[in-house]
Amino acid sequence: MADIKTEVRRYIDDNFIMGSSGTPFADTDSLLDLHIVDSTGILELILFLEETFGIQVHDADMVPENLDSLNAIEAYVQRKHLARVAA
Amino acid sequence: MRLHDFFASTAVRLATKTALVCDGRRSSYADIAAQAQALALSLHQHGIRRGDRVALLLDNSEAMVAAVFAVLQVGAVFMPVNTLTKADKLAYMLNDAQASALVTQTALTSVASAALTLAPGVHACWMVGDATPADATKATIGHAACLPYPAGRPADTPLPPLDAAVIDQDLAAIIYTSGSTGHPKGVMLTHLNMITAQQSVSQYLGLHGDDIIACALPLAFDYGLYQVLMAFKLGATVVLERSFTYPVKVLQTMAREGVTVFPGVPTMFALLTALNNLADFDLSRLRLITNTAAALPESHIRRMRELFPRAKLYSMYGLTECKRVTYLPPEQLDIRPTSVGCGMPNEEVWLVDDAGRRLPNGSTGELVIRGSHVMRGYWNKPAETAERLRPGPLAGELVLYSGDVFRTDAEGWLYFVGRKDDIIKSRGEKVSPREVENVLHELPGVLEVAVVGVNDALLGQAVKAFVVLAPGRAYTERDVIKHCHARLENFMVPKSVEFAASLPRTDTGKIRKTGLC
Repeated sequence: MADIKTEVRRYIDDNFIMGSSGTPFADTDSLLDLHIVDSTGILELILFLEETFGIQVHDADMVPENLDSLNAIEAYVQRKHLARVAA
Repeated sequence: MRLHDFFASTAVRLATKTALVCDGRRSSYADIAAQAQALALSLHQHGIRRGDRVALLLDNSEAMVAAVFAVLQVGAVFMPVNTLTKADKLAYMLNDAQASALVTQTALTSVASAALTLAPGVHACWMVGDATPADATKATIGHAACLPYPAGRPADTPLPPLDAAVIDQDLAAIIYTSGSTGHPKGVMLTHLNMITAQQSVSQYLGLHGDDIIACALPLAFDYGLYQVLMAFKLGATVVLERSFTYPVKVLQTMAREGVTVFPGVPTMFALLTALNNLADFDLSRLRLITNTAAALPESHIRRMRELFPRAKLYSMYGLTECKRVTYLPPEQLDIRPTSVGCGMPNEEVWLVDDAGRRLPNGSTGELVIRGSHVMRGYWNKPAETAERLRPGPLAGELVLYSGDVFRTDAEGWLYFVGRKDDIIKSRGEKVSPREVENVLHELPGVLEVAVVGVNDALLGQAVKAFVVLAPGRAYTERDVIKHCHARLENFMVPKSVEFAASLPRTDTGKIRKTGLC
């Protein structure tokens, strides 16, 4: 599978940043702090994660700990994959 | 009394009580007072005086709350600005208001510095967070001196009186609102305007000092701002969330803090009611839920009442020009669910026909508002001011023509019908089609555009653009959205773009928007 962070970064660049912000964001940066996602953007991001990585994001998982940085998203997607393998 | 006097007396009366819970930090009234005092002294040292405008471009935070009171304490006027604002528009507002200073945060350095380069009148900029713009040795940002947002001073150092001359007729705030001309207008609000609104709203809601208010609305939006103003007068606690991006996180915090009051807009309630794990959170202390900015669909009203049977639900209506106008007493919700109610305490409202004649119950007409909460006008915009503020029943007084059309039932309850202008309400925010159209016209090869609101289940209205391109010019929908995204706040960016060969015209040659969807 392609690198999770690369794919998510490309999606965010294409759909949320669109060249509007000069400063690149780091893997650890909070997407909320940098105003990259908002309340409707997060729903689009979740849909993207579900479709691209074949996971289901439950309502209870929709917290910044899982979704607010590229590192967090990668760890979350990997956990979901592991859980599926174990099941 | 001035707006900040209420806070000052609460800070003395309830010094150790929790005023604010934000980002996991609990701040007492004394903490906020100390922080406000430190910033006030710094503002004063750098020449900010009575009547000067100070823009606040800050996310919901302790720093933002303290900055509001700091600016008032030096007798100056605060200008809250939405943190989604892009550089050109920020520069427009700074120049339009002839602002002297900006208070912002490190994460917004690039927007702030681009705007300050275009706004030479701003001579000082306070920065929250690590004050390390690209070059840490740089002491200026744009034309302004770059200063750190100071840490709170010990509460036992009394503040010298910096605001002695200020009275309640002086301006406390300028809040920008979208206008149909495409340029935002600065709504001038005096201390008396804001105290009056605060008093009336607190009264009909029955807020009290033991309330714990969850605020996930931006403080740059008057609905969010007043949660703090009302709470800090009563000595209540505000649980401040940065945003509603993570509803589950907001719910976790609300349950943990035992929140009693939850103000929201329809998009927030749509997100909430869609969650299937709402029952996991103990929100049994919630006693008041308020909605404004756009009407709550009846289906959402029903769902909210099922989910929170013990909470009273208030449907309300307001506009920045006077903060709030109407509320529906919760016991009326089953009788007339689509009504926004009646005028609030210490205010008179009525409907007029096109000739300005007062209409009886059972009519449809423009809503007119009379009261001490009505703005002083739009900053530097006498023509637009004269359109909204017109002579009232008493000699010398002015009343507010809302620009919104309502109908009344036989008993006088009000129902929103529509706007007289074409402003779109998306996600609870006002979007000026003209402002979006202006940005679209900057794209080379765009001949004609029309921006309209189309119904959307989540957003209320979604922004849609119709674009006519010059022959031989080709853009994709994405290209157009991308162009807008770099120049407009997220909520103003069209959700969809339709390319057309031509646009329908009226007899007078203007683009006819009715029927475009």
